[in-house]
Amino acid sequence: MSVEAIAETLKPPNAPGGRAYRRHGLLAYFNCFRGIVWREVLRFLHQRERFLSALVRPLVWLFIFAAGFRQVLGISIIPPYQTYVLYETYVTPGLLGMILLFNAMQSSLSMVYDRETGAMRTLLVSPFPRWFLLSSKLLGGVAVALLQVYTFLFIAYFWEIEPDWPALQIGVGQGDDFFGISIPPPFNGYITVLPAIVMSGLMLGALALFMSSVIRQLENFAGVMNFVIFPMFFASSALYPLWKIRESSPLLYEICWFNPFTHAVELIRFAFYGQLNVTAFLVVLGCLVFFLGAAIFAYNPSKGLIARRGGPRG
Amino acid sequence: MDASVKQMSESLDALTVRDVSHRFGSMQALDDVSLTVPTGGFTVLLGLNGAGKSTLFALITRLYDNTSGTIDILGKDVRRQPSAALQRLGVVFQARTLDADLSLLQNLTYHAALHGLGPGESKRRAVAALELVGLGERANEKIRHLSGGQARRVEIARCMLHRPGLLILDEPTVGLDIGSRESVISIVRELVATHGIGVLWATHLIDEIENTDRIVVLHKGKVLFSGTVPGLREHAGADSVSEAFRALTGTTQAELA
Repeated sequence: MSVEAIAETLKPPNAPGGRAYRRHGLLAYFNCFRGIVWREVLRFLHQRERFLSALVRPLVWLFIFAAGFRQVLGISIIPPYQTYVLYETYVTPGLLGMILLFNAMQSSLSMVYDRETGAMRTLLVSPFPRWFLLSSKLLGGVAVALLQVYTFLFIAYFWEIEPDWPALQIGVGQGDDFFGISIPPPFNGYITVLPAIVMSGLMLGALALFMSSVIRQLENFAGVMNFVIFPMFFASSALYPLWKIRESSPLLYEICWFNPFTHAVELIRFAFYGQLNVTAFLVVLGCLVFFLGAAIFAYNPSKGLIARRGGPRG
Repeated sequence: MDASVKQMSESLDALTVRDVSHRFGSMQALDDVSLTVPTGGFTVLLGLNGAGKSTLFALITRLYDNTSGTIDILGKDVRRQPSAALQRLGVVFQARTLDADLSLLQNLTYHAALHGLGPGESKRRAVAALELVGLGERANEKIRHLSGGQARRVEIARCMLHRPGLLILDEPTVGLDIGSRESVISIVRELVATHGIGVLWATHLIDEIENTDRIVVLHKGKVLFSGTVPGLREHAGADSVSEAFRALTGTTQAELA
């Protein structure tokens, strides 16, 4: 490429013969969104260790912990289950939640790290509005979580953990007169669980994003594990049904009930069986709106926490 | 573009900072700072570490808003018209901000997307920008395999993608060897000459300054001098820039790297 051609390609509008700057249209927003999501996915795929550990973690719980626990804990028939279920089946939605939780916290930490190294600042000097940039980044994190979730479900399928409710029918009529698409199990559950995963992933991601603006310095992942991930995971319905917890400690039951992660897990559990848990849905939605609002506020240049607490050194 | 509009845009300064003050708690980081960067000119922001350079950069890039005063990029107020202002701005941060595991091209197209460019246009500009900094051959290699100086050149290529009229660089040569430093500086000076960009180059290294540059001396949050290099020497009654700087700021040789 000639020097003239390069100069022509990159000439700013205020240079002689330069083209004027234009306002961003809808397509530009889409390009920006796609760029942010694509970067998250590319980065994840390039970090093979992260992919592997993200996959091994829930599988260890499923293959070892759940197998051992199977004899200890009998699950009675509670919605959405129609029959007695094995512990592995019970714990699977909890492990899907675990994947989302770890993924969100890891991306939150990478954001604290990003903010210190400057990658977050590269994002924030983009001319698009902050709420749009932050939401796109969240959706990028969810895209990465989806890769993990479906790989996990694929492996779990061979462990005979699959949704086993009647085919999902989209169309009109019933019985022999049915006209439309019929999606047989297990695919029906894999499809109906998708919106629940996306919503829960967004909610946990927004919580993590808010945390990333509050945490001033990157300490280590162990701190986040101890103070955020473990309490949220264990004080929830991921590993044991809430009524079991109530039997042993009413207080703990209350704590679990007020844990947003419990509702994320229940939303996923019901959706896996093609059902909507309205309470869980409303709680997850409410938390999503609240955390996302708080994060956008925290990153707002004039009101936010970054401005108040001081910026970089130097 | 008609003649009168062109006239206007040519007379517009790339960057105008007017009466900007900023404090963190009780610490006055910037105290009534005013400076201009003309288009097609190379302006050096000279100051020691802690002079307030990074705070000024954070305000220009709108990491947070200035509490008083105004900052205009090509006539667009950073606070009132952030989108239009940031669209005209290219930044090279002091910290490394490339994704080490991604290729040069992937890093550049990501940045182009952040400015709303589609995949085809992004790639076309990325290829041109890599040619510009002499790394066209290595477009598909990972950043990890580049030297520090080469990575800096990629960052300069990156900030050119959206055709900014103002380029600000925060100590871009820190940690580079002499050869890389010279190539980074000459690339940016070339951009000023060929593309008519206004550049604000923050540094504490006096040997990066040339006689034809404009210079702004920032010390403890205050602008002590703003003008030409000969003007600075005259103003301080000194023979060299480093003597002038020491005379103005009352620092010793040792504090000045």
